[in-house]
Amino acid sequence: MTAMTKKNKSLDIWKVVSLVVLVSYLLFLIWPLLKLFIQAFFKQGQFTLEQFANFFNQRYYVKSITNSLKVSSLATLLTLVIGIPLAYFYQMYEIRGKGLLQVIIILCSMSAPFIGAYSWIMLLGRSGVITNFIKELTGFVIPDIYGFNGILLVLALQLFPLVFLYVSGALKNIDNSLLEASENMGCTGVKRFLTLIIPLIMPTIIAATLMVFMRAFADFGTPLLIGEGYQTFPVVIYNAYFSETGADRNFGAAVSIIAIVITAVIFLIQRYVNSKFTFTMNAMNSIERKPLTGIKALFINFYCWFVVGLAFLPQVYVIYTSFLKTSGKLFVPGYSLESYRLAFRNLRRAIPNTFSIGLTALIIVIILAIIIAYLVVRRSNFVNRIIDTLSMIPYIIPGSVVGIALVMAFSKKPIVLTGTVAIMVIALVIRRIPYTIRSSVATLQQIPLSIEEAALSLGASKMKAFFGITVPMMANGILSGAIMSWVTIITELSTAIILYNLKTVTLTLAVYTYVSRGNYGIAAAYATILTLTTIISLLLYMFIAKTDEVSF
Amino acid sequence: MSVNIRINHAVKRYGDNTIITDLSLNIREGEFFTLLGPSGCGKTTLLRMIAGFNSIEGGDFYFNDTRINDMDPAKRNIGMVFQNYAIFPNMTVEKNVAYGLKNRKLPKEEIRETTDHFLKLMKIEEYRARMPERLSGGQQQRVALARALAITPNVLLMDEPLSNLDAKLRVEMRTVIKEIQNRIGITTVYVTHDQEEAMAVSDRIAVMNLGDIQQIGTPKVLYQRPANLFVATFIGRTNIIDANLKVEAGKALLVLPSGYTVEMANILEEYRYSQKVKVSIRPEELVVDINYRDGIKAVIDDAVFLGLNTHYFVHTENGDKIEIIQESKIDSIIEKGTEIYLHIKEEKINIFDENGQYNLVEGVVNDLDLYTGD
Repeated sequence: MTAMTKKNKSLDIWKVVSLVVLVSYLLFLIWPLLKLFIQAFFKQGQFTLEQFANFFNQRYYVKSITNSLKVSSLATLLTLVIGIPLAYFYQMYEIRGKGLLQVIIILCSMSAPFIGAYSWIMLLGRSGVITNFIKELTGFVIPDIYGFNGILLVLALQLFPLVFLYVSGALKNIDNSLLEASENMGCTGVKRFLTLIIPLIMPTIIAATLMVFMRAFADFGTPLLIGEGYQTFPVVIYNAYFSETGADRNFGAAVSIIAIVITAVIFLIQRYVNSKFTFTMNAMNSIERKPLTGIKALFINFYCWFVVGLAFLPQVYVIYTSFLKTSGKLFVPGYSLESYRLAFRNLRRAIPNTFSIGLTALIIVIILAIIIAYLVVRRSNFVNRIIDTLSMIPYIIPGSVVGIALVMAFSKKPIVLTGTVAIMVIALVIRRIPYTIRSSVATLQQIPLSIEEAALSLGASKMKAFFGITVPMMANGILSGAIMSWVTIITELSTAIILYNLKTVTLTLAVYTYVSRGNYGIAAAYATILTLTTIISLLLYMFIAKTDEVSF
Repeated sequence: MSVNIRINHAVKRYGDNTIITDLSLNIREGEFFTLLGPSGCGKTTLLRMIAGFNSIEGGDFYFNDTRINDMDPAKRNIGMVFQNYAIFPNMTVEKNVAYGLKNRKLPKEEIRETTDHFLKLMKIEEYRARMPERLSGGQQQRVALARALAITPNVLLMDEPLSNLDAKLRVEMRTVIKEIQNRIGITTVYVTHDQEEAMAVSDRIAVMNLGDIQQIGTPKVLYQRPANLFVATFIGRTNIIDANLKVEAGKALLVLPSGYTVEMANILEEYRYSQKVKVSIRPEELVVDINYRDGIKAVIDDAVFLGLNTHYFVHTENGDKIEIIQESKIDSIIEKGTEIYLHIKEEKINIFDENGQYNLVEGVVNDLDLYTGD
């Protein structure tokens, strides 16, 4: 009988947990989205499509969608063209300093895109260093970096590291004997790359393509800084919200709904294509890197270091400029720490905020993700299946829309959260949690149930078996997901920019604020602190987890 | 304390799919009992029902007189060894073994003593501080067994524990398992699909197919007097030949291919009528004769010399393929293509009805029959 009561008690605990999670989702995700819907479709209690008509009747708005599609597609194509050969070279040949090369690539993949944008402005903008240098040297004015070209450049350089990480992961799973077999049959070199290797990694290439496209399409900071006249859709969402704020939020809501529809379509295409192209590979013998000689060595080493260097350049340059002497907004000859002094004086809350808000969000994300993964994988029932579905929704909601929806839901009674640290944390949790849940679910599914059963048969309770055995086993998977979560949380811009105020400003927002004011020195100081935080986090992770693998 | 396990009319369903329809079983106290069958026959399902990891859709499970159907797995006092060992990878060998004892909140001193005892017993003392990833398969197996036994369980359950080991280690470990079980005398239920392994370790074996038990008996009984055709083919190697049973003047005559006829003295009374039958003749129950012109006529296709024995693969006049094992002789192996005649050792062979449902020969013992009236 004691066994029975004990069992019922532990069942109840998980049921309570399920309900708490469900209610949280309803309150912080579904309720704001519902508000958004109401705002978009109803005006003064009347159903109306007026807002949508407004949007589609103005060329300016519609153009922003096609602009976004155009620049994202081209940027995606470029990332593939740069990233796939890079990954191939990296896995097939002994590249000089390949360890460092990989760390730099990971760092590039983690940096905030808009920092790249603003650094490129300093380098190639109207009075950029390189622009001026070339002008003085040759009298030639290089083409404008603003607008389409600039966005393309920044996005391609920002996102090809993602393609690299995906594809080199897939190449690692190709069994060396497949390559040897093709060599036996007389197929080598470029022919083998095109006819054997590319088809083998096709599922990964497709996954990477859609991932990169989604990121490029949703990126908000880059076009905002470097786009100038070239309006993209995420910028339109932001402007629609801010220009209409207070007086009429309905238009902002309608634009948000359109954004959700577009990303949902991309997401569905992604899922469909992924399901069509799945086969699993597992290498018993990984590909062995071959040493390089002669002109081939020169070319391949140059290619790898050149593209990676180009991607890393903006970060290095930002760090460099943070130590330059400034006078007002201008850089003057000489070096100083003045930018840092000002950075610490002006928005002194930015650094502690970044850590307190970021870490709180991270901890909540991890705990929630573990609990939800457990509910979904090990305790599948009606409520938990609903939670599973709900947990996927944030995938398709662009960052700025999350911000707008939260403001709409929590700026009036009964629950007022706008302007608080809480709403920033909630927003970041919502943004990041689907990724962490997916990786936790994947990790948990790989852990055989028999491990938990062994603990049960040895007298452990279900809770104890899960938290004492399974969670520690998930640790590495959680950690590799957590490092990515942490970095995306501290570099998040599109949601935070809608929700922040002076009290809750973070490093990323501080960079943005000073860049938009044209005060590049202070912005560089903030950006440097942010970049260093990223680098230290990454190195710390690699040290603790003893791996150079990062999952997304 | 060991227990006997009684299962009455067990039912297992997954949704609409019934895996086990009605299964009854009695496992004696201290016995090494094996569930043997092809994959998908329900043996692991049944084991997991005993362990409490699978729900029970019908019937009663008893450990002695305690009904365990609704008892929490943690309370059943079971030691379980899993197919993948399920060693906790985040704990040292010693902590793995001590895990169950700690859950019982035993005094520290006692935990240490018991852990030491089982580390020694399983000969893994020197690895006590190692992490599992640095152990070989055989060592992991020993840890799994030590961990399961350390809690002094009433029942030891083992789910294909040797299937992940290489052939040599498998033979070594099954000896270890048998020896430990003998020493501790714990009621053990062992699941495997490897009939040789089952014969090597078990006191009794239940042969399962499609969710039903076909026969329960000692390895010797199962091999020599299988209850039906499935058991005959699943346990050991055998040749199945179509033949006729003729009853003339009270004598039962078995008419084999080539008209080779033997009188069978051991046909059960109720089956003594003329009928088509299936005959199970094991390779060693055939005798090759090159001179005598009586017996099943056959031609040698291949001969394989394996030291102790020589295997002959032959085909009969009507195309049946037959395998024969003869003790190797000092003179030469019979050439391929040689025409030979086969005799049978009629006291050893088994004869089944045309559908292979029951054995017509005397001496079949099936412990399953003991429970059907329950």
